[in-house]
Amino acid sequence: MISKADVAHVAELARLEFSDAELDQFTAQLDEILNMVDQLESVDTTDVPVTTQSVHLENIMRQDVASTPTPLNELMANVPTSKGNLIQVPAIIDKEED
Amino acid sequence: MDYFKTDIEKLHHQLANGELTSVDLVQSTLEGISQIDPEVQAFVTVNTAAALKQAEAVDQAGIATDQPLAGVPVAIKDNIVTKGLKTTASSKMLANFVPIYDATVVEKLTAAGAINVGKTNLDEFAMGSSTENSAIQVTKNAWDHTKVPGGSSGGSAASVASGQVVVALGTDTGGSIRQPAAFNGVVGFKPTYGRVSRWGLIAFGSSLDAIGTLTRRVRDSVPVMNTIIGHDDKDSTTVDRSAEDLGAKIGQDLTGMKIALPKEYLGDGVDAAIVAQVQAAAKQFEAMGATVEEVSLPHTKYAVPAYYIIASSEASSNLQRFDGIRYGFRAQDVKTLDDVYVRSRSEGFGAEVKRRIMLGTFSLSAGFYDAYFKKAGQVRTLITRDFEQVFENYDLIIGPTTPTPAFKIGDKVTDPLTMYMNDILTIPVNLAGLPAMSVPAGFVDGMPVGLQLIAKHFDEATLYQAGAAFEDANNYVDQIPGGQA
Repeated sequence: MISKADVAHVAELARLEFSDAELDQFTAQLDEILNMVDQLESVDTTDVPVTTQSVHLENIMRQDVASTPTPLNELMANVPTSKGNLIQVPAIIDKEED
Repeated sequence: MDYFKTDIEKLHHQLANGELTSVDLVQSTLEGISQIDPEVQAFVTVNTAAALKQAEAVDQAGIATDQPLAGVPVAIKDNIVTKGLKTTASSKMLANFVPIYDATVVEKLTAAGAINVGKTNLDEFAMGSSTENSAIQVTKNAWDHTKVPGGSSGGSAASVASGQVVVALGTDTGGSIRQPAAFNGVVGFKPTYGRVSRWGLIAFGSSLDAIGTLTRRVRDSVPVMNTIIGHDDKDSTTVDRSAEDLGAKIGQDLTGMKIALPKEYLGDGVDAAIVAQVQAAAKQFEAMGATVEEVSLPHTKYAVPAYYIIASSEASSNLQRFDGIRYGFRAQDVKTLDDVYVRSRSEGFGAEVKRRIMLGTFSLSAGFYDAYFKKAGQVRTLITRDFEQVFENYDLIIGPTTPTPAFKIGDKVTDPLTMYMNDILTIPVNLAGLPAMSVPAGFVDGMPVGLQLIAKHFDEATLYQAGAAFEDANNYVDQIPGGQA
């Protein structure tokens, strides 16, 4: 059983915020999904390795060669707000904590 | 252009011998889209000006007989980036995002002379099974506009099924090509994991994602897949194999082919009429000289829970990049940097995307990792071993693509768990990284249903061989929304 406090903690880790009503809804839905997932407990996985990649590749190496980077003006093309070649963001230090 | 009456091979002959120009073909395709799509809503963006310009260039250069895709219009799912053409992933987060590079698959299609006529709708970030999770629009099933087209490649499936294009690219993480193909009565092809570069595919579940095709005919998928496969330095998970013709076995006799029919794919929750269609298909394969035997894939029922942990965990990691700083949606009136992250993500992502980020973050968090992420990865191994054991004795696995035909718009969207169970028959394939295809297998209550074919790693040729034989043995391809082709 996942609690509303657990969900609020996970939201913080995920950099998401929810209203109180949304938290209630997400708690109920996640609880239902996790109940479904709990079926996995009944599978005997003693000594079974974890699969993270299905076609068995490992350690793909390449030469460390310099190449022409993407031009700065292209990289800046989708930046929401900028000044010159710099990305503009709000103050990083919260003034109230000064 | 009446795409119901033609195919890529015929179009290519007409283009190569000068009966048809690419400009004419693109123009008539754009007209078709402007007539059909206001109702179907498959396209998020139509690439009118650039497509015509590209077609002119192709006409000018001339189309040789060894360029099967030159001058042929294609649609591209809107989670595949296209240089200079808005790519939204059907999310508010990327509503105004104009990529500065082409995905490798787009680069390869362009080099082959194919014309990108537009970008198709999807469930936001490819998370969903009905395309209702799109933040842009609701796409309709080509056969019944009150029903969902499936998802997440619902726009690609509906664009092909409604005759707007001959081929569309889709992506498949847990069935997102095959399920909408089945719902729309078209062919959905998902290659082996690592066959096709994911460079430029907006990442969802990186160990599961695969780019493939939606077409009306099995044979139309082949030249497109042959064009986009291959090693790419920009995607280290692409497998280095020499050039292959994936369609090389089409037309070969099926005599002696050993086909397995897993009993778990015909069990509880699968519509009895769909089971009957699959059993009829099995009989057809036997009549063509194959043998069909019942087998067991005992861990099938654990695929959905394992998948939702693995895919959501990978998604929660992949979607960390959307922070409102360098590109994408940025919330207004924010006072601190942390607010930029939190508010941009909270306002930019839709409910299903947030649900998966939350589930994934939970599964990877301290105290829960072993019980969820690690356990799911172990169960994934067991599901893969089930397939390996069957493939020791069989060439192909068949089963239904979906447990039911397409459902009504609005019916399941508020109930995530019911929606997730819809993918129970397609998800195991992604967990094991296998190639698979959905081919039209008839109708249930007037709606199309699909037969799923699954092959060994890198044995796409057998899928095409069996899929084309099955298509030829039936006349489903001549049946189109509202009548006959």
